[in-house]
Amino acid sequence: MNVKSPPKNKNWSWRSQAFRGLVYQIIAIAMVVVAAWFLASNTLYNMKTRGIQSGFDFLSGPAGFDIGESLFLFDSAQPYWQAFLVGLSNTLRVAVIGIILTTILGTLLGVGRFSRNALVRGVCYAYVEFFRNVPVLLQLLMWYLFFTEALPATSDAWKVGSLFLSKGGLSFPVPVWASGHLWALVGLLAGILVAWLYRKRVYQQFEATGRLKSVFWVPISICFAGAVIGWLAGGAPTALDSPIKGEFAIENGGSLTPEFLSVLFGLTVYTAAFVAEVVRSGIQSVARGQGEAASALGLSPSQSMRLVMLPQALRVIIPPMTNQFLNLTKNSSLAVAIGYPDVVSIANTALNQTGRAVECIAIVMLVYLTTSLATSFLMNWYNTRSAIKER
Amino acid sequence: MTAQTFQSIEARPAPVQSNGIIAWTRSNLFGDWATALMTVVIGGALLYLVPQLLSWAIFRASWIPNFDACRVDGVGACWGVVTEKYRIILFGRYPFEEQWRPLVATLLMLGLLMVSCMRAFWRPSLAVLWIVVLAVFFTLMYGNVLGLSKVETDRWGGLPLTILLSSLSIVMAFPIALGVALGRRSNLPAIRTFCTIYVELIRGVPLISVLFMASFMFPLFMPQGFTIDVLIRVLVGITLFAAAYMAEVIRGGLQAIPKGQIEAAATLGLSYWQTQGKIVLPQALAMVIPSIMNNFISTFKDTSLVTIVSLYELTGALSLALNSDSDWRPFKIEGYLFIATIYFVFCFSMSRYSIWVEKQLNKGKQR
Repeated sequence: MNVKSPPKNKNWSWRSQAFRGLVYQIIAIAMVVVAAWFLASNTLYNMKTRGIQSGFDFLSGPAGFDIGESLFLFDSAQPYWQAFLVGLSNTLRVAVIGIILTTILGTLLGVGRFSRNALVRGVCYAYVEFFRNVPVLLQLLMWYLFFTEALPATSDAWKVGSLFLSKGGLSFPVPVWASGHLWALVGLLAGILVAWLYRKRVYQQFEATGRLKSVFWVPISICFAGAVIGWLAGGAPTALDSPIKGEFAIENGGSLTPEFLSVLFGLTVYTAAFVAEVVRSGIQSVARGQGEAASALGLSPSQSMRLVMLPQALRVIIPPMTNQFLNLTKNSSLAVAIGYPDVVSIANTALNQTGRAVECIAIVMLVYLTTSLATSFLMNWYNTRSAIKER
Repeated sequence: MTAQTFQSIEARPAPVQSNGIIAWTRSNLFGDWATALMTVVIGGALLYLVPQLLSWAIFRASWIPNFDACRVDGVGACWGVVTEKYRIILFGRYPFEEQWRPLVATLLMLGLLMVSCMRAFWRPSLAVLWIVVLAVFFTLMYGNVLGLSKVETDRWGGLPLTILLSSLSIVMAFPIALGVALGRRSNLPAIRTFCTIYVELIRGVPLISVLFMASFMFPLFMPQGFTIDVLIRVLVGITLFAAAYMAEVIRGGLQAIPKGQIEAAATLGLSYWQTQGKIVLPQALAMVIPSIMNNFISTFKDTSLVTIVSLYELTGALSLALNSDSDWRPFKIEGYLFIATIYFVFCFSMSRYSIWVEKQLNKGKQR
């Protein structure tokens, strides 16, 4: 892109730019091939002399270690590939929940920097500066210390309603599965469909008459009503599986381990500081005149925010926000430091047990590469949607 | 006929004061009822929490290195853990009686970093100074000459290691990043592809997997009987990692240079390297200095990860100091806060500096 190459002439001399380019590229390819061959041959030789086996066949052998927490049942007799799957699900679980919470917290903090209240501004500023200037690993360790040392023992756990918080983690009630829940889900889907049709109709009317009815609260209520009707039709199941304080531990109900909570809190709190800065710079990038022009046209403050300010701010916000989401996902690999069984931690255990360093690290890299590429693909798609439509 | 007589009208009230402390409070804390409510809630929470925090951290804290004093009821923070263990936290497993060496080396490095931050010193001789100081740093730390005893790199630790890893890897990453950034914008497809693959590959994986690779796989890559020190391996890993991120930053700067500049250079008959060296890079690099500072800050924080591959930098040294000592282990939070403060001071001052540099560089554009 720099210097436009002159038209190709079949001049095999050093003075032809095309020829020089060709030579440079051949040299580069040769260097990469030689380096790859050198490393690969060394690796193969070293593995042979040290008696290290290679190959991915170990994945089907029994793992031989238990995993502290997983979304589905796992025991040590199951093969390695299932252990990796458990690790992957744990990584994705913490990453997805973390991304949602980070977006909410970070946006609040970023908007808070523009508050009319000096205290709110100050608190948001202090939060951002403190949490982004301390390494995330240190923050994870501190959260882990908090969840495992500062909280009371399970025998006298903090209790709010039927929530229990203790060194054993957080226990909470979960609804007992009944067919009524399925009906509620069906109702919700039907509600979404109706809401979508309603929205379409409202916009058609808007085009025809210029009158805009509510396009936010009415559809939301339709979705909600659909879910409630479905739930009632299914017999309105209300049974909850609530945690009870047992003799040694808190039993029943759903629970989150302190490891999961530390990773989640650590990553959320750390990344939110960066997201706040992203949101702040995004809002700052929209010219003041835009908001003033919107109110001059008679748009309400919320309409001006939604229709004028946000679409323009989003354009600036989305690319760095994608980076922050990717960072959060990649930083979830630090869970290995506090023993949360994410994919890195499983790979580390597998590596120590089988000695297949190359394969295990390759799996980890592949997992993160795929996640990163998938996330950036998704966000790029959203970015092109929200980009300026130019002729 | 009525005579018109002059009647003075009522004097208007003075305008509401718009500057001064009272006006500021009115507009910033009690503007309307929502703001006032927020002020009451947040102010109340701060008034409740801050005195408690201060009392715990300062007024009720125990400062003497005696763990029995910390176990007395009503004692707040136990900073004794820091006064007792600060030498292990700051210098790791470095031999105790030789710890003046890492201290001097660290101060030298810090001085070098500060000098590098000053605009008056931005000239070629700075590179010479870097080489000299790094040589002195390694001599002091490693020893084995001038009557200094030999200290293997696996005993290095604490703050010197953190500073060494971060500054050296950033300095070494810069030329790589420059090359890769130019390569990604080159019009030779093979070179462009290699650079793109490198950047995307590294940016797609977490640093920890790169460090695992450096510590477990690197020995397998090397010819038989050829071993490289773990410190060097980790340094190479961090450098390659930082270079990919920095390359993207520099590429951003290169992209910001208008095409007309390059076309003008071509018209003048400048070669590719002349164009890049004399026209593009001076402008692009000046533009990205603040972003490179941010790279440095994140690398500084990222060095805390090397504790996972058993190098005892600041974070690792703290675990080293406390995990083996059951008397002091309950006071880990004070230790964490201590090193968090060290990290904060470094990173915060660097980010302030980067904002200052940005303002300096934009001076020409301000009117």
